[in-house]
Amino acid sequence: MKKIFILSFLIILQSTFAHSLIKVDITRGNLDPLPIAVSPLHVDPKSEISENIKVKELGDKISEVIENNFRATGLFNPLKKEAFVQKPDIAHLKPRFEDWRLIKAQALVTGKLLVKDDKLKIEFRLWDLTASKEMIALAFTTTPTNWRRVAHIISDKIYERLTGEEGYFDTRVIYVAESGPKDRRVKKLAIMDQDGANTKYLTLGNELVLTPRFNPANQLVTYLSYFRNLPRVYLLDIETGVQEVVGNFPGMTFAPRFSPDGKKIIMSFAKDGNSDIYTMDLETRVVERITDHSSIDTSPSYSPDGKYIAFNSDRSGLQQIYVMKSDGSNVKRVTFGKGLYGTPVWSPRGDLIAFTKVRKGRFYIGVMRVDGTGERLLTENYYQEAPSWSPNGRVLIFYRETKSDSKGKGHSAKLWSIDITGYNERKIKTETDASDPSWSSLLSK
Amino acid sequence: MKFKMNLKSILLVLFAAFALSACSTAKKSGNMEGDVYTGTETVKYLAKGVPDRVFFATNKSSLTTKSRATLRKQATYLRKNKNLTVTVEGHADERGTREYNLALGERRANAAKDYLMTYGISGKRISVISYGKEKPVNTASTPLAWSQNRRAVTVKVN
Repeated sequence: MKKIFILSFLIILQSTFAHSLIKVDITRGNLDPLPIAVSPLHVDPKSEISENIKVKELGDKISEVIENNFRATGLFNPLKKEAFVQKPDIAHLKPRFEDWRLIKAQALVTGKLLVKDDKLKIEFRLWDLTASKEMIALAFTTTPTNWRRVAHIISDKIYERLTGEEGYFDTRVIYVAESGPKDRRVKKLAIMDQDGANTKYLTLGNELVLTPRFNPANQLVTYLSYFRNLPRVYLLDIETGVQEVVGNFPGMTFAPRFSPDGKKIIMSFAKDGNSDIYTMDLETRVVERITDHSSIDTSPSYSPDGKYIAFNSDRSGLQQIYVMKSDGSNVKRVTFGKGLYGTPVWSPRGDLIAFTKVRKGRFYIGVMRVDGTGERLLTENYYQEAPSWSPNGRVLIFYRETKSDSKGKGHSAKLWSIDITGYNERKIKTETDASDPSWSSLLSK
Repeated sequence: MKFKMNLKSILLVLFAAFALSACSTAKKSGNMEGDVYTGTETVKYLAKGVPDRVFFATNKSSLTTKSRATLRKQATYLRKNKNLTVTVEGHADERGTREYNLALGERRANAAKDYLMTYGISGKRISVISYGKEKPVNTASTPLAWSQNRRAVTVKVN
């Protein structure tokens, strides 16, 4: 993640219409997605002709990325461009609202782009077609290679305006790319944009790597590597590629995550058949033991305020979810339902814990309140686990594996996402098989 | 009083034996007892008559009678080959969450190591590693495959 992104962000007009008529409710499953027309961005006549940049094509691609983002939310229904009733440049000045209403659009996105002095300037507007009003107008200047990020930032702005919630499009996912047969699986760390574009591989696949997690600033990744056949927690700087082992533990360390302030890594350390949870301060290197129990304590997750830690433990005999204060005191079991519970992940809003549940040979992804009440199972399958939250706490990404046949063939691992409403379950496109996804925070925040 | 106690314990033992035999006949099917693998299909040998691995029940790391017998053979073999060091590799099946399985594999490997140590093998000669569910020996998605994958394997290092 090089810091190539120089973005000047200019609000030309932030409309202050308090009462727009269209509003998307994202708190429940949306069976009637909002029809939205995303007009292709048109090229400003003042744009310089450049040999390297096909400006017109770029305008089409940006609107396509925005459209795909909206479609993937399940909350919007981007309309087909063939039905569009106005030329992009004219619509961008002021749409004929009644004409757009004819094709049943309720919101319209228009925009233009301009290349000048090797800089790309993108301007867009969001129109409320029902109220015949402009809702936002924004302009961005960046380097032309950053066009995808601008498309995601625009998507976020529109999503925020229409739903009243923070968006999650300008984000990345780190995951484990998998290939080869099940008993000789090659695994690499991979990073991609949230929509599956720009995949980059961060390790070569020489050693087994598992469970990567971003730090809050999205510059560091902590993960488990079997480098030299010693399973240890590592830290990787995405920008420099520098890797280092975390701490000096005389045994396996695993299940790492960052604390919400990014200063500590919390993880499990296994010794003599017992796994407990530890933290290490990245600056002082001070190691603290958080749990001390003869059972398996692992998969820790901080609450967003850093005051609590959820984890799973088999101290009751079977794997269940517990919550404790971040110093390890006040351990309370929170899951009492039938089956096993694992991989608790505290939501960014702090109100829910997502988890994996195993019952009668089936795997569920679910959410519950942090005291364990209000359990809702969102999806059931042969094997799925390890949910990770979108930064706005509305969507979970997880991985799902399919059965192999009696000869041990035909197995696959893919990333999926689902809204916490239980709707909009989607397979995420990845170049290879994939597992252990972890969602970044908003990059442009 | 003493007689009474004895009678009671004899009855208990009889009852337990009956329950156990009923249990094992009920659950024994093919190469599995309960859900612990008892076959030899995937087993390799450290030396003639010395199996390299023991198997576990789902989510468990306790050693069965058969596993203990296998480990005693390994201990005898290691006592005879004093310069040999080994790694015990602990594994889990694919039916658990990844991180828990890593811990479970470590616990299983240590269960085997501890038993070898009680039979006189120095802990310094035995290292452990867990692979969780990452290295199945049988890649099928069947109860038999899973039972073969829940294992602790003793591997010669030198």
